[in-house]
Amino acid sequence: MTKPGEFYPRNRDIHPVSLSPGYKSSVTRSPRLALVSLQSTISEQTGPVFGADDIDAGDNDLLTNYAAPGQSPIGERIILHGHVLDENARPVPNTLVEIWQANAGGRYRHKKDTYLAPIDPNFGGCGRTLTDENGYFFFRTVKPGAYPWRNHANNWRPAHIHVSIFGSGFAQRLITQCYFEGDPLIPLCPIVQTIPDQNAIEQLVARLDLNATIPLDSVAYKFDIILRGRRSTLFENRPEGN
Amino acid sequence: MVQALKYLSETASQTAGPYVHIGLSPGAAGFDIYRQELGHDICGPNAKGERIRVTGVIIDGTGAAIKDAMLEVWQANADGVYAHPGGGGPVEDGFRGWGRVITDFETGEWTFETVKPGKTAGSAGAPQAPHLNLWIVARGINVGLNTRMYFADEAEANTIDPVLNLIEWESRRATLIADRDVLGDLPTYRFDIRLQGGIETVFFDV
Repeated sequence: MTKPGEFYPRNRDIHPVSLSPGYKSSVTRSPRLALVSLQSTISEQTGPVFGADDIDAGDNDLLTNYAAPGQSPIGERIILHGHVLDENARPVPNTLVEIWQANAGGRYRHKKDTYLAPIDPNFGGCGRTLTDENGYFFFRTVKPGAYPWRNHANNWRPAHIHVSIFGSGFAQRLITQCYFEGDPLIPLCPIVQTIPDQNAIEQLVARLDLNATIPLDSVAYKFDIILRGRRSTLFENRPEGN
Repeated sequence: MVQALKYLSETASQTAGPYVHIGLSPGAAGFDIYRQELGHDICGPNAKGERIRVTGVIIDGTGAAIKDAMLEVWQANADGVYAHPGGGGPVEDGFRGWGRVITDFETGEWTFETVKPGKTAGSAGAPQAPHLNLWIVARGINVGLNTRMYFADEAEANTIDPVLNLIEWESRRATLIADRDVLGDLPTYRFDIRLQGGIETVFFDV
């Protein structure tokens, strides 16, 4: 098997800065020293491989994966779908996409969430799927609600779905958050604003996708995920280069 | 006219937040939803090599252990082969090389059991000393942090490891080397990760 190619260097200018005092938790949890840049090795160019045996077919349907038989969670029924591509616009097939979210009222099914909005007995709030050969994925869920959090006294998170993606190498490992088009809380959120680049923020906003709605059933949002690209291994093993 | 460079831009990272367990470790969050949660079994029953335990805490800038983090490990098998099409060869049936643990909600301790990896190929010929690749996410961490754990009883290999030698401050290399404890039922390596402060762990831009 040929050696997998190196990834393009991560453009840190489009990622959040690690110390972002507006997001208070980052103050004590951000390194003070610079990251040590590493020419990637096989350790970063490879990553775990998942298959259909690892998950169940219904794991991507949050409308049913925790609901009692015949029941359904309360909230706006949505489809969240898109492609996982790399920076070369190549599909990333067979990769694991995991999501988690609050319910329609902004309450998480987590023992540490004490927000007064109630738990939905028919909603768990997590899902996972593998992309197909074209890098395509989809979930069915309810649109999450905004919720308050203890940062500044009156901070509210915009509606968001947390998304975790693997890619084909551990250097592509990414966790992000998907927001929804038109949400007025987006520009007010200190976590969103950790990202210095407005275009990078826009890229986190899922767009209403009327073409993918299911009439009389679910509205759809499209969220494409871009992972780092791999370069071709040009020349690097030629003796004159070493 | 100048040709445009048609590359897409990587999706920006965001913090995993305080409730990362819901999605990635729901059993720990207090509810069972999946037939199987992923990441509990790193190496499977057939893996060759020495069985070990790795444990530690993640310490913030105040000196406190953080109690809402998630840590993933990616490692080679005892022969230095990764379970990946480009990983260098076949691995034992059931060996995944990837694991996922969370810090204890009360103590902040994390721990996993695996096999000690072998040396892996380096980029320019010199082998890499045995190591675990670690990735840490939590509330307050905006972009997942990459680091490595090396083994104190591999001093000879560590001395020539190409990645450790990239770290120009020799005193900082020690932050990546875990001591071995011969007590207990398994050899145990203690690896405390310091996010911030005087003896801050080295984190990599991989």
